[in-house]
Amino acid sequence: MTDQDTHTTPQPHDDARDDRDGRRISGVDIELRDVVKKYPGQKAPAVQSLSLTVPAGEVVMFIGPSGCGKTTSLKMINRLIEPTSGTITIGGEDVRGRDADELRRTIGYVIQGGSLFPHMTVADNIAVVPKLLKWSKQEIAARTEELLDLVGLDPARYRDRYPRELSGGQQQRVGVARGLAADPPVVLMDEPFGAVDPITRQRLQDEMLGIQRELGKTIVCVTHDIDEAIKLGDRILIFSEGAHIEQYDTPENILAAPANDFVADFVGAGSTLKQLSLSRVNELRMGEWTTARQGDDAADAVRRAEAARQDCVVVLDERGRPVAWPWLRTLRRQQRIDVPRRDELVTLDRRATLNDALDTMLSSSHAAAIVTGDKDEYLGVVDFESVTQHIRAQEAAAAEATEAGGATEAGEAAGTGEARP
Amino acid sequence: MDDFIAERRRQIAFDMLQHANLVFQCVLVATIVAIALAVLINRFKVLEPVANAVSAVGLTLPSFALVGLLLPLSGLGTTTAFLCVVFYAVLPVLRNAVVGLAGVDQTLLESARGMGMGPVGVLLKVQIPLAWPVILAGVRTSMQMSMGIAAIAAYVLGPGLGSYIWTGLVQTGGANALNYAVVGTVGIVIVALVADLLLLALGRLTISKGVRVA
Repeated sequence: MTDQDTHTTPQPHDDARDDRDGRRISGVDIELRDVVKKYPGQKAPAVQSLSLTVPAGEVVMFIGPSGCGKTTSLKMINRLIEPTSGTITIGGEDVRGRDADELRRTIGYVIQGGSLFPHMTVADNIAVVPKLLKWSKQEIAARTEELLDLVGLDPARYRDRYPRELSGGQQQRVGVARGLAADPPVVLMDEPFGAVDPITRQRLQDEMLGIQRELGKTIVCVTHDIDEAIKLGDRILIFSEGAHIEQYDTPENILAAPANDFVADFVGAGSTLKQLSLSRVNELRMGEWTTARQGDDAADAVRRAEAARQDCVVVLDERGRPVAWPWLRTLRRQQRIDVPRRDELVTLDRRATLNDALDTMLSSSHAAAIVTGDKDEYLGVVDFESVTQHIRAQEAAAAEATEAGGATEAGEAAGTGEARP
Repeated sequence: MDDFIAERRRQIAFDMLQHANLVFQCVLVATIVAIALAVLINRFKVLEPVANAVSAVGLTLPSFALVGLLLPLSGLGTTTAFLCVVFYAVLPVLRNAVVGLAGVDQTLLESARGMGMGPVGVLLKVQIPLAWPVILAGVRTSMQMSMGIAAIAAYVLGPGLGSYIWTGLVQTGGANALNYAVVGTVGIVIVALVADLLLLALGRLTISKGVRVA
């Protein structure tokens, strides 16, 4: 843990992710040195000499074709698979220096579908590791409450349910809560969102990003979905057969400057479109919009909207949450603003990707979308104009950065089979 | 018939209890033995064909023959009856336990290991609880079967209602022969039904709501 700072030196091209500095980091470094895994009776090793560093507090996505050794590499970190040779350290401590069971209790483990124990309630599932660590009953109960809140499930409603009474997305949320139960510095995830439908997956990914921003764990996540890797990863590690590192870099650089044809093929076409999932709504310039509260003077709101050349008003409730987005002609008929709460009013979380933002705008009759922050509070409005502006600015920046040598660095990393961020 | 029962009411009640007692104890021991064996088989897959062969042969072995084989070893009395019933009671539980343990999703076991549960913890907290409904179904079969086998084991002077049936057979043509046979048989059926109800209740209590069917 002491050498944490030496490894988190920001990358030159890291500037797009500005919230890195000053953010709370509770994770520690993971280092693999010349790690080899050879199964008896197999000619080629499943993992041949893998060396890499996962910096504290970052999300690293392992991706590659099936059978490339990404899952094997992941499982060697918590010793579910023992490496044939090489060393793995977590926070500077050799994983082989500890009892395997004790080690695993300090590493979060989340796998596909949540993999909850069907015979245990939600609370019991979350309590597995705390119980192994012999926490007291009160501590466990308090922690369960906290975690269910964190993953957006009402503790009173879900605590005593069994996994089969939950939807796939809810099960996965509990799976994440279980992985975080004992507040481990390092979390390993194996295709965590592989078993849910696309819409739920998107929401879970957004939530995970939110949680990670709050907690700053070191996360290693295996996926087969390049879009997921781009969206979630601070860095992406692209493997080929034998866990050979093809490229280990930030999503921006991998998209802008793939190290070789393998990576280019893997990332696939439409990399500009993929960049849309790299940017968040809160990076956009948000437009000011006329707002009014329920019960305000309607005529006044109409006047203000007209002055700003707008044809509708965002109505907020007493806690500053958007309720409806009525046109002026509706308000002109009213003395005091009184619009029914519209359940179908679609709002964007400020952490949503530009991809999601465009999607929402396309389906909205206003050709724009309301952005909300923590606790669904109103932040502003974004439209197509703000998205295109942002993309233009980004492209200009990426072009400069690539010329400044991003490509050569990526090439070196792939050439030596070694990747140090 | 009424007189026959009225005269021996206390004795019959006592023998029913004895019968139930013998079977319960045998099935309990058999369940523990069977689960232990099944865990071994689950760990060392090479044992599985061996276990299958033994249970197949074991079930073809007539219980009466086994009683005869055990007689020189353990003599007349409860011990022989006990061993005989346990031998048969193990087989259905073993079969179900092997299937049940193997049926537990491997990813669940790995996820348990990945969270730092030791091998014993995984077995006791995950694998056996999840296999329990299947194991318990085996226990029910075993209990039913043992009721009949315990009756045959009464030939070597084991306890329970079997002695009524034997007496009936020996006294064929005698005044009370039919009464003995009927009381023995019906008594066993009643004990068996009660035992099955108790096992159902046990299932309600011990099978997690999360895996219970309906």
